[in-house]
Amino acid sequence: MTLELTQDEKDMLFGAQGEGAAMALRIVAETARLMSAPSLIPVKSAHIDGALYHGDSGTLFAERLVEFGAKVSIRATLNVGGLDLMGCSKVNLPPHEREMAGRMMRAYIALGCEPTWTCAPYQAGHRPALGSDVAWGESNAVVFCNSVLGARTNRYGDFLDIACAISGRAPNYGLHLAENRRAVFAVDVSALPAALLISEIAFPVLGSLFGRLAGTSVGVVTGINTHPGEDALKAFGAAAASTGGVGLFHILGVTPEAPDLETATGGGPLRETIKVSEAMFTDTKRRLATAEVTDRIDAVAIGSPHLSVAEFDKLAALISGRKLSIPFFACTGRHALKEIEANGLRKSLEAGGVTIVADTCVVVTPILKDMSGGVLMTNSGKFAQYAPGNTGYGVVFGSMAECVESAVAGRPVLSGAAHV
Amino acid sequence: MFDYSKAKVLVPGPEVQAEPLVLTAPISFWGGVDPKTSMIADVRHQQHGMEIKGRVLFIPGTIGSSSASAILLELVHRRIAPAALVLHEPDAILLLGLIVAREMGWEIPGAWQLDRAEFPAAAAGS
Repeated sequence: MTLELTQDEKDMLFGAQGEGAAMALRIVAETARLMSAPSLIPVKSAHIDGALYHGDSGTLFAERLVEFGAKVSIRATLNVGGLDLMGCSKVNLPPHEREMAGRMMRAYIALGCEPTWTCAPYQAGHRPALGSDVAWGESNAVVFCNSVLGARTNRYGDFLDIACAISGRAPNYGLHLAENRRAVFAVDVSALPAALLISEIAFPVLGSLFGRLAGTSVGVVTGINTHPGEDALKAFGAAAASTGGVGLFHILGVTPEAPDLETATGGGPLRETIKVSEAMFTDTKRRLATAEVTDRIDAVAIGSPHLSVAEFDKLAALISGRKLSIPFFACTGRHALKEIEANGLRKSLEAGGVTIVADTCVVVTPILKDMSGGVLMTNSGKFAQYAPGNTGYGVVFGSMAECVESAVAGRPVLSGAAHV
Repeated sequence: MFDYSKAKVLVPGPEVQAEPLVLTAPISFWGGVDPKTSMIADVRHQQHGMEIKGRVLFIPGTIGSSSASAILLELVHRRIAPAALVLHEPDAILLLGLIVAREMGWEIPGAWQLDRAEFPAAAAGS
């Protein structure tokens, strides 16, 4: 299939809007050809995941765009970077890496992106309208944007996100098209006990299971009778996008494109319906843990995706003035930090031993103490998935309450029940 | 000998003959491959601990983070990328790493598409 470009797009490719815009559009057009997209579409906003330092190559790319005079042409928020610019926590990057991570973050600001530095931009005021086309990166943000907000985005990889933000265009394929947003399989959770479904760990664990079942397919969850709240949907999506290639999920009666089964499936047939048993749930929860030792933990980390103010309130209530005896990291963005600073919560949490991490998080940059055989406890399905590979720590998985109790006791305190 | 003519070109590159490595499960490059060493870092992956550098890498599927492109770009920049990539289906996230590397003027491996059911035979050169 050949890619059809409009006259404006052809002009941009030939440098009518500068060499930076031309380079950006070349990248967008190359991707469109690769994915057999017939054309490009205008996009209204972008969320940029490319500003996180993974090595010098990414910094050099961003600086090349700056050098070529590129600027974003639409609203573009930034995902986490490699440094805590708010100075809440200490990032242990060696000098060269620190310099390059800083240069990278400055280059994206120079391109005109907003310094939001969060993986939860949808809780920091960036909420595109239902049905609008956008270009978002960061797997959890993509899945939230599609599923909970009903805006349309593919899973934009690092570098394509900024290329779309500069050119204002994206390849027209995949989840931008209504016919690809329909559920082709269902996951029925109605056999799970109601008490389990309202527990905090239900959604990260079910998300992890959903991701493994889905691969890259769109599915619908049935059997959820009450809206679980935005933070639960955030945890579900983040977990699903880390165990699978999930870009969009539906929850019947909860998410905007699934008011009923007919709408969610577009009237088409379901390839299969998977009935989730308690045993499947327990098995998925067990797979989130990797630590071989279960009698000690070295640190606790929560906030992947970044904590909302409501989650900080819950954390403070659970700690309830007690002192934590092991390092406890709570990752968030400056949007939430500003609020908990204003209402005094930050001060009381830090006095209790919580280290707030802003603008970044513990699995993307070295914040945890460098140790072999370390054990990290988390309530995040996404942290559980990535901490072993990125930090070398083994993982113990539990609810926020279990994380807090363990941090107070200085050893894992797990209730033993599947659904606490 | 991997017969490149049996696969469809996704990103053009040299048809290198090198030791094949067939991944038996989908992988997330970010968090799953160490960009400094090219080692598979995902402890849950069956090929955990193996280096992808210089190999004809057969990838049955990709999962997870949208930063896979950044990891592949970094592997290319450090000259520790696979010699060639063979994917079950085109992957806009991973292959962006190659598109951007080419844009930067760096030497890139090519990428090809082949049905994953044919991976073992293709890797064996039959």
